[in-house]
Amino acid sequence: MSENKEMVKIKINDQELTVPESITILEAAQEAGVRIPTLCHLDLHDLKMVNQTASCRVCMVETLGRNTLVPACVTKVTEGMEIRTDSVRAIKARRMAVELLLSNHPNECFTCPKNLECELQSLAAELGVREIKWEGERMNYPKDLSSNAIVKDANKCIYCRRCETMCNEVQTCGILSGIGRGFEAFVGPAFNIPMVESSCTYCGQCVAVCPTAALTEVNHTAKVWEAIHDPDKHVVVQTAPAIRVAIGEIFGMEPGTIVTGKLVTALKRMGFDGVFDTDFGADLTIMEEAKELIYRMENGKTLPMLTSCCPAWVKFIEHQFPELLEVPSTCKSPHIMFGTIAKTYYAEKNGIDPNNVVVVSVMPCIAKKAEAKRPELTKDEHNNVDIVVTTRELGDMIKEAGIEFENLPDSEYDRPLGETTGASVIFGTTGGVIEAAVRTVYEWITGEELKEVEFSELRGIDGLREATVDIGDRKLRIGIANGLGNARILLEQIRENKSRYDAIEIMACPGGCIGGGGQPYHHGNDEIVKKRQEAIYREDRRKKIRKSHENPEILKLYEEYLGEPFGEKAHELLHTHYEERERI
Amino acid sequence: MTKPGTISVTKPVSEELPREKFDELEKFIDSMETTKGVLIEILHKAQDIFGYLPRDVQLYIARKLGIPGAEVFGVVSFYSYFTTKPRGKHTISVCMGTACFVRGADKIIEKLKEKLGIESNEITEDGLFTLKDVRCIGACGLAPVVMVGDKVYGRVKEEELDEIINTYKNQEVTL
Repeated sequence: MSENKEMVKIKINDQELTVPESITILEAAQEAGVRIPTLCHLDLHDLKMVNQTASCRVCMVETLGRNTLVPACVTKVTEGMEIRTDSVRAIKARRMAVELLLSNHPNECFTCPKNLECELQSLAAELGVREIKWEGERMNYPKDLSSNAIVKDANKCIYCRRCETMCNEVQTCGILSGIGRGFEAFVGPAFNIPMVESSCTYCGQCVAVCPTAALTEVNHTAKVWEAIHDPDKHVVVQTAPAIRVAIGEIFGMEPGTIVTGKLVTALKRMGFDGVFDTDFGADLTIMEEAKELIYRMENGKTLPMLTSCCPAWVKFIEHQFPELLEVPSTCKSPHIMFGTIAKTYYAEKNGIDPNNVVVVSVMPCIAKKAEAKRPELTKDEHNNVDIVVTTRELGDMIKEAGIEFENLPDSEYDRPLGETTGASVIFGTTGGVIEAAVRTVYEWITGEELKEVEFSELRGIDGLREATVDIGDRKLRIGIANGLGNARILLEQIRENKSRYDAIEIMACPGGCIGGGGQPYHHGNDEIVKKRQEAIYREDRRKKIRKSHENPEILKLYEEYLGEPFGEKAHELLHTHYEERERI
Repeated sequence: MTKPGTISVTKPVSEELPREKFDELEKFIDSMETTKGVLIEILHKAQDIFGYLPRDVQLYIARKLGIPGAEVFGVVSFYSYFTTKPRGKHTISVCMGTACFVRGADKIIEKLKEKLGIESNEITEDGLFTLKDVRCIGACGLAPVVMVGDKVYGRVKEEELDEIINTYKNQEVTL
């Protein structure tokens, strides 16, 4: 707040302040410790996403000398401005804004998937709404249940446009737009087609920022309980790296608390037959991806190579850059690799009919739900991964089961397939996949031991980063993007033959999987995402083994079953292909 | 957003719509100095050329301008002037502005729906008429106002509607 900005003197509720003239009344009030409620407004400045549509009118305040109230979120302060946020008129106006929204909002909080997480609901409580004063016509659109990932319930849309800002400006997917006008207006895809027919990547960032339940994930928790209680099924569960640093938040723990051990205990108590770690799949991914990168570098094949762990990003390239499908690695994503190994090697080793193995993935991600249903990943009559639930859904299940998560003792993941490395845990954050790959590529190319495994130049949370890593006498040029808008910039460089990288890591969600669409709601506090990232790196440091190719269970898996990394059997089981899709 | 000219059209636009019309639209867009802030102008032109704005025309414009289809559809669905359905030979517009409304425009439009057997924004079976409810057309002194094409009928009474409709029906017979 320095840099030669003009300062102005203002008063908020009689409190005098001197603030830069470039800021809004809302920001000035925050500085003064005065709370002005907001609803449509969302400021995720670290993720470069600010929604400032002033459409909800919940932040109206009174300014001396003006007849009309002004929205605090978009009105800039001016010299001598006297603001009242606590006058009867302002309070009434704000309450009325919420009452009007409620007059056209389904009265079903009890059964709503956002019950107790809904920002409209908390505002109604905060502003003391005690009755719905206006009865009349309500929006009555059918729910869009067409996709395996996202549910769109237009009747709960309050037209804040957060999802549109996220989808269009941050992710540049352009799927959602305001449709129609007036009372009938709602947010949806072009031509009001079902979500499944659109080019939606299912990244779920619209869900992450939706204040109500207009956009939520498809709930698959009942399917998981059904499988667990089916005596004929052997149900294994795997947890993605980003779950252990986030799920504690659901149980009131500090953001950034690492709860790996409690998570494992909870899953065992829920009745899973095997509790495993997607980190194992991540180590396996590095074995394949590092080998593929070296192969491409040494044989003059397509470079840069792009990571392929993120299904939202994969779908993005299929729709938006179908001419670049040679660029991503052919590796399946880590949880799909794990699912494949569970239904082949693991089933064989334990004498279980693979058709009776049910693989459940707990993911910070909504796109993984749709990924698990992709036809090329569901061959052999049984799916590689059967059910995907998000961090939030698992939180709900733990509560349903009456498990007091905060007080659980720690347990260890089951073996084999439970040993993991620091390299795999950092898959959960932007920069982590490529850092894990570098740790292995370095040793495989140079034949020397990598002593310093932490590459600070690859770390951070900025949407676009780059670094050059010396590997023997050659330089590996690396690009990193998180957020699909940033990915688009790197892809356009590739299309125009201007890319200067050998390898690129892309994660669709801002911050990477720690900020995934299936994570506990951050409610606009992006500090939470940064704390999860710090926790991921702490977890890496705690691990005895920090390089994927030193994981003894991974080495054993290749020795007993897969043969060579990037070899024939590995290709058959661990690699996939992509297809051109229409752009709507 | 994707830059114009670098757009991949992964599927050809529909074969049912005449190629020449797309060529005409393309010529118009290419002749513009900039494609920034001109979406509405392009949509007007496209509706002139095609008579309406079917999905493929909207997608064509989106791809040509490098903007999302949802954005184009958002604009098309917002303005009542734009239509995504083919229009009848004659468009009957009933003004629903305040003055016309208080003078019974709602009854006029209900009667027309009944007589034509269609709802607003629909086309009659014989392809002759489209019925539209429109916002104030600025002829409040003549309220309630009905327009057929460019012709204005002022102070319209319910019992005059048959005569108006028949004028256009009879034109067909005599032709």
